[in-house]
Amino acid sequence: MATAPGQHVGLYITCLADLFRPEIGFATVKLLEQCGCSVSVPLQSCCGQPAYNSGDRAKASQLAKEVIRTLEPFDSLVVPSGSCAAMIRHHYPSLLEDEKEWSARARAVGDRTFELSEFLVDEMGLETIPQSRTGLNTRRVTYHDSCSGLREMGIREQPRRLLSQCAGIRLEEMHNAEICCGFGGTFCVKYPEISTRMVDNKISGIEDTQAEIVLGGDLGCLMNIAGRLKRHGKSPRVYHYAELLVGEPSPNGIAENDG
Amino acid sequence: MRNCWWGSLHQTGSRKTTGNRWTLEVLSHNFGPASRRALLDEDLRAALDRAEAGFVHTRKSETEKLLNFEAFREFGEQIKDHVLQHLDHYLLEFEKNVVKNGGHVHWANNGEEANQQILGICKRANARKIAKGKSMVSEEAATNRSLEARGYEVVETDLGEYIIQLAKESPSHIIAPALHKSKQNVIDLFHAHHAKLGYGEKVMERTGIVSQARQVLRDHFCSADVGITGSNFLVAETGSAVIVTNEGNGDLSSSLPRVHIVVASMEKVIPDLESLGGFLRLLGRSATGQVMTVYTSVFNGPKRARDLDGPEEFHVILLDNGRSGILGSAYQDILRCIRCGACMNHCPVYTSIGGHAYGWVYPGPMGSVLTPLLVGRDKAADLPYACSLNGRCETVCPVKIPLPSLLRKHRAELTESNHISRQSKFWMWMWYQLAVSPRLYQKVANFLGQVLYWGKKCMPRDKRGRFGWMPLAGPWVASRDLPAPSRKTFQKQWKDANLKTRP
Repeated sequence: MATAPGQHVGLYITCLADLFRPEIGFATVKLLEQCGCSVSVPLQSCCGQPAYNSGDRAKASQLAKEVIRTLEPFDSLVVPSGSCAAMIRHHYPSLLEDEKEWSARARAVGDRTFELSEFLVDEMGLETIPQSRTGLNTRRVTYHDSCSGLREMGIREQPRRLLSQCAGIRLEEMHNAEICCGFGGTFCVKYPEISTRMVDNKISGIEDTQAEIVLGGDLGCLMNIAGRLKRHGKSPRVYHYAELLVGEPSPNGIAENDG
Repeated sequence: MRNCWWGSLHQTGSRKTTGNRWTLEVLSHNFGPASRRALLDEDLRAALDRAEAGFVHTRKSETEKLLNFEAFREFGEQIKDHVLQHLDHYLLEFEKNVVKNGGHVHWANNGEEANQQILGICKRANARKIAKGKSMVSEEAATNRSLEARGYEVVETDLGEYIIQLAKESPSHIIAPALHKSKQNVIDLFHAHHAKLGYGEKVMERTGIVSQARQVLRDHFCSADVGITGSNFLVAETGSAVIVTNEGNGDLSSSLPRVHIVVASMEKVIPDLESLGGFLRLLGRSATGQVMTVYTSVFNGPKRARDLDGPEEFHVILLDNGRSGILGSAYQDILRCIRCGACMNHCPVYTSIGGHAYGWVYPGPMGSVLTPLLVGRDKAADLPYACSLNGRCETVCPVKIPLPSLLRKHRAELTESNHISRQSKFWMWMWYQLAVSPRLYQKVANFLGQVLYWGKKCMPRDKRGRFGWMPLAGPWVASRDLPAPSRKTFQKQWKDANLKTRP
């Protein structure tokens, strides 16, 4: 059932987008406001995923409690990242399962936490994108499915559906869209050589599509892909899909000149 | 010995033994360097690419054709869980029925005990030559080494196993042991080893390789005194040991020699023939994308009075080797594994580096969960981290083992038991101080953003969006540029904008 518009949405921006790509945050706010939501950005840092995935459950639990406290006042929480949304929705409850009160609070917040495209399509029933690009040449884009979003949150159709409503975009699927790009949080710095092989495989899939733009829903993956593309001076530009849904994106993709 | 990558990898996957104990040496602590060496090998890369494409594609098309494949996965999970909860009951039932059929069951706590029992059987049978079907638990126990040290001739009869036996290597995949070998590698190996058997000409084609192996192995089948095979399933209801193969070598290894020994780990037991039907549907499709493997053999004991052929003696060695320690633990789910290899075929780490880098018998996701449990977490502390937690393995596992969660559990226990480098601990501490205090984090982030913004001004305009070098970010910038952080964080920009427009 679609959530009523007019609700108070808390934006959980994610630490990577906060630090590296504020454009994602502004695009997210714009999309949410167009759906009639009022948006707040509570003071926040990181969801604790690096500690959780490294096995440091004590630190991850502490951070989870901080984040739960921060997010509790809102009707819904929206995250422009599948992996951080999955952390809050699925992993907080299991992380805190031994503490009765906290596990209930974690589940309550988790049930109201959504990845951006999931919220727009499944909860708000967004059908049209008002500010589609027009009058420009059709852009060939390809979409990388981030693993946590895809497998833990079931995000596959939603971003594609939104993109299909944008004029001036032609989605070319890569054959390895659903295979990990090699980011994996701390994995990419723990085993950088293996991670590099994985991102090279991803890039070869991207190049097969001849796309000018690579889209995805998780900045970690996008920084990994963009960083490798730019290291080799390759041309495809990399954006979070939200940046394209709000009109002509910045001429500078991720890892490109911003003055 | 060829001086190529597998020459160096030989160290990481050789059948060496430690001390007096006949167990495969664990080299998993060497994962980092071994994986880096593997990445440099172009032959390996070509082999892995071919295998990945084949396995993944065929599995997908065959599992999609079986409309209720998901229901079979649930069935597999439930039956295995049920058996693990009542393992004592089913093992005793299995033993009772093997004995009823005229066979013998031997219980082995570890690889050494299993090897002693095998040696005893071979000695009593006055055996000299042993034909061996594929068995991963015998790799755990380094059974071949144990037998060869006592003067027995052991011939692996699965083509892949035969190839790596000639090359003196260990399997790099649980169902395709010679996956890392190219056609040319095999041609050269056969030429080097078969010339003395009268095969002077080099075979050049795949069919030639197979037919030469068939001829050489046929002589061994006929002259072997004992056959040793593994088992994919042990059926409690009937006391049967079941194997699936594509070459028929299992049948020949078991029915031509006078004595047949089945070596199986104890979690292989399933309740009855009806559940076997379900597992066979899962196994072939998940492993090779086959509806059924070419041969499915059900061994029910020694030759009976009216049988025309079959072994005179039938033995089953039930190996624990650490499984009972997993039973009832937080890792019990891994005991559901039916060894199909789908997790490794779909693992982007495995398909980048192959199996030898993992340093013991079982590679890939299931290996990274199982190896630390069987050999000790301290000896395989790198394996649980050799994963990006992308979760693809879990989606293809025929018995729904939550592999990423189990790897995370290992990581948590490694952290709790202080198996973490000082450097990692320091960075985690630093990061935590910032993460736990959003105000401090915002101050530091905006300060650094400002510093880097001015730093970027010194760079050419077209390169200002990223850094090719950055202190403390070595592993990232070694192969990737680091996107430049924003001058102001989103939160700062949001706050500033709202102060102006929404006072």
